[in-house]
Amino acid sequence: MALDKNQIAKRIAQELEDGFYVNLGIGIPTLVANYIPEGLEIEFQSENGVLGMGPFPFEGEEDPDLINAGKQTITTLDGAAFFDSATSFAMIRGQHVQLTVLGAMEVSQNGDIANWKIPGKMVKGMGGAMDLVASAENIIVAMIHANKKGQSKLLKECTLPITGKNCIKKVVTDLAVIDITPNGFKLIERASGVSVEEIIAATDGDLIVEGEIPEMDV
Amino acid sequence: MDKRVKNVAEAIEGIEDNMTLMLGGFGLCGIPENCIIALSESGISGLTCISNNAGVDNFGLGTLLQKKQIKKMISSYVGENDEFERQMLSGELEVDLIPQGSLAERCRAGGAGIPAFFTPAGYGTEVGEGKEVRDFNGKPHILEMALTADFAIVKAWKGDSAGNLVFKATARNFNPVMAMAGKITIAEVEEMVSLGELDPNEIHTPGIFVQRIFQGEKYEKRIEQRTTRQR
Repeated sequence: MALDKNQIAKRIAQELEDGFYVNLGIGIPTLVANYIPEGLEIEFQSENGVLGMGPFPFEGEEDPDLINAGKQTITTLDGAAFFDSATSFAMIRGQHVQLTVLGAMEVSQNGDIANWKIPGKMVKGMGGAMDLVASAENIIVAMIHANKKGQSKLLKECTLPITGKNCIKKVVTDLAVIDITPNGFKLIERASGVSVEEIIAATDGDLIVEGEIPEMDV
Repeated sequence: MDKRVKNVAEAIEGIEDNMTLMLGGFGLCGIPENCIIALSESGISGLTCISNNAGVDNFGLGTLLQKKQIKKMISSYVGENDEFERQMLSGELEVDLIPQGSLAERCRAGGAGIPAFFTPAGYGTEVGEGKEVRDFNGKPHILEMALTADFAIVKAWKGDSAGNLVFKATARNFNPVMAMAGKITIAEVEEMVSLGELDPNEIHTPGIFVQRIFQGEKYEKRIEQRTTRQR
């Protein structure tokens, strides 16, 4: 069975390591914060200027001056810090953030990502995504394998205007965990009950399959 | 040095048609509400506005868009605003979308006397088209130019007559870097405190960057996404 969004987040959370500073994008990535493995100390950075983000506030305790990059009201944990936008992107560009998780509309087998623009249709802007993908060493894309029309989002080449070149190393979808290697997409794990053949069929780019492919543990 | 002005009308004196403005804020958080309302009522038009976002349809910079006072927006993200999207797609509004980190650094650089800098953000994308590319440590970077403005308009939590500013939580965002980059910087504050009350150790923006300061009459502080959890 294909994973739901929470299971995708749960699988990505397995990539967290103790002491990581992590930037989570909007959508499925935000859910990763709900599945931090026990015993790990993780701090979440939000590019609008906060480190040490906590959960949503209790009703009645919302502070309009305290939001995340998705403009949602949040809280902070003890030890949190606020800073201006230039300092925030110094953290990102300067590679002080160990893991970035973001959504995508398309990913290509050479690691290009497109997630900011559909010409003539949706032009909302890139926000911080271009800075994040250009500098982060460790980027995981969280997305559904196919778009709403059922077309694969894992392509030989992106068809939409790209956000960054050769920058994505790992993709976790509802069907599979796929690494992006110098030779292209490589299947690492599959969702429980989803066959390798189904994943190959759902992937427009070339997919390297070597040996037995284990099921994700979510 | 006393930088205080009486009210918002005095604060925005000298802003004219076709000028370039910087406006602090992230979404609706930390925007200079009082100056935006005054600009909207002034009818000043042909403005180029440098601001991370463009407000929502009936609040923030969205009100200036609805009255067609803005000629060009320089922003990183402009969702949540239907009128903006309509004007952009119809070509009425000129829009320069730039990566958020590059936007912040371009403002900071403008204020810091650095005319341009190289960044990896946007290389190989539409943003990098026509820009000088140079490799550093084996990685391609593009040249981005500093930004300055005729007026920078920022919003702080507390300020004093010397123009020193303290921001609250994530309402800080672009305000400190834009405060540096205005030929004239206007700061509106929620609370004007007496000189000496702010601890010099805890000032975010030193008064040297601020030319005019006043206490805003009223702050609505609209929330875009009210998210809560159960007790």
